[in-house]
Amino acid sequence: MDDNNNGLKIYTENLNLFYGDIHALKEVNIEVEEKKVTALIGPSGCGKSTFLKTLNRMNDLIPAVRITGDVYLDSLNVYRQYDIVELRKRIGMVFQKPNPFPMSVYDNIAYGPRIHGVRSKSKLDEIVYRSLTNAALWNEVKDRLRQNALGLSGGQQQRLCIARVLAVEPEVVLMDEPTSALDPISTLKIEDLIDELKGKYTIVIVTHNMQQAGRISDKTAFFLHGEIVEYNDTEKIFSRPNDKRTEDYITGRFG
Amino acid sequence: MRVKPQTTDRIATMAIYAVACLVVLLLVFFVGYLLCHGASRLNLHFILSSPVFMKEGGGIGPQLFNSLYLVFLSMLITLPVGLSAGIYMAEYAKPNRLTAAIRFCIEALASLPSIVIGLFGLLVFVNLTGWSYTLIGGALAVSILNLPVITRISEDAIRSVPPSIKEASLALGATRWQTIVKVIIPSAVPGLVTGAVIASGRVFGEAAALLYTAGMSSPNLNFSNLNPFSASSPLNPFRPAETLAVYIWQVNSEGLAPDARQIADGASAILIIAVFLFNIGSRLLGRRIKARFAGKESGRRIVKI
Repeated sequence: MDDNNNGLKIYTENLNLFYGDIHALKEVNIEVEEKKVTALIGPSGCGKSTFLKTLNRMNDLIPAVRITGDVYLDSLNVYRQYDIVELRKRIGMVFQKPNPFPMSVYDNIAYGPRIHGVRSKSKLDEIVYRSLTNAALWNEVKDRLRQNALGLSGGQQQRLCIARVLAVEPEVVLMDEPTSALDPISTLKIEDLIDELKGKYTIVIVTHNMQQAGRISDKTAFFLHGEIVEYNDTEKIFSRPNDKRTEDYITGRFG
Repeated sequence: MRVKPQTTDRIATMAIYAVACLVVLLLVFFVGYLLCHGASRLNLHFILSSPVFMKEGGGIGPQLFNSLYLVFLSMLITLPVGLSAGIYMAEYAKPNRLTAAIRFCIEALASLPSIVIGLFGLLVFVNLTGWSYTLIGGALAVSILNLPVITRISEDAIRSVPPSIKEASLALGATRWQTIVKVIIPSAVPGLVTGAVIASGRVFGEAAALLYTAGMSSPNLNFSNLNPFSASSPLNPFRPAETLAVYIWQVNSEGLAPDARQIADGASAILIIAVFLFNIGSRLLGRRIKARFAGKESGRRIVKI
């Protein structure tokens, strides 16, 4: 756990984000380790989702957002040294609510590879099969690949969205409260899936659910009012937090 | 005295039902009236044959064809332009003064009386171009009328696509253009089709904008002549072309046939039936396209163990 410098995937330097006049992220410095699960926890509005979206530049879509400081992926500056298409190919994202395209299951998965230039049918078949298998969804949908993805259950849709991300072979997968719209059983399946994916992918997950953070993550960052209060091994955060505010939050005294 | 909220609620509900019933009754009465009066002419002979001068028994064949052809031509013009404008307004336009000005112009254009557009068409598409009364001139005039409608329909259809889908596409590394072409437009297609067909119905019933552009006469058409450059070909867009709605107006106000009144009634009935068919057709088409999106024909089956 101490060889941080070797397995470093993403790090930020004095990252600030403003929504108009609101200072939403304040001097965020964090180091995300490669092929580990990093959880971001904190009360609503603390900036954890906003932070997540600075990593793949999804905040670029919002006109009033201004960002200072730097984000690095593999030591290259995300805002200056990457083409946005290349960046998002390497950093995939799973959203809070399942958002499959209104197309067939097959076309949902093939969408990413197709826009990145994969034309060969056999290659696409291979990618669809592998992505669905890796997202633990193949057995449930193998007979309905040509049916509309919107006909799947919420949990299946979310795993489909994960498969869709895996299909473009990213290195990092960002997850923004991926289970908050799901029932407990679907949630459990997604958590199992995350457990299987780590080791292959660097995962950063925002969660409201403390038990979830405890179950699935290696490292946890606690956000409050746009700042990182504490960032440490998950086990440490949940057993012996250094900061009183962290302790108050995880024991449910506020938030 | 205080009225119980439940009582107010009941009164409001009843009032709304009453108004809705009134609207439906009006519509039924109106359509019923047209159909009853036109019933005697609802036969194939009337629909297919040409009008005859000063005698009984003329039909509306060429006029009906002109109307359909005009709708087709004007859609050929308005759909690409209107869809592009709608995409611009929904996806690219920033909320600033320029956008507000464009929106204002579109709305102003939409509220222009069609006779004004007809007179504008007379100046530009008839006199300035030297084409005289032509089908294409009429189609262009109607396109001016229709463009703001199609733009608005496209913008609304594109805006109604959930932003979460757009985000998903961008997050996969798609460019904005790829996202528009591959995700947003396909998702908006059912709305676009329904809107376009309803707009077609409006074009079909338009008269004022066509009086001085497509003209009030139709040359003798030879329906076996399919050369679009020949003067007697129905496909020639550079010929005068009286449409059904214009014919109704004309035959009613200055018709010389002894059965002018019956012709106008019959033609009105046909016109309203055609508009109904347009609307029903748009529903069916929209539903079919939705079903197609359900993925029945897209994608492939992978055979793996």
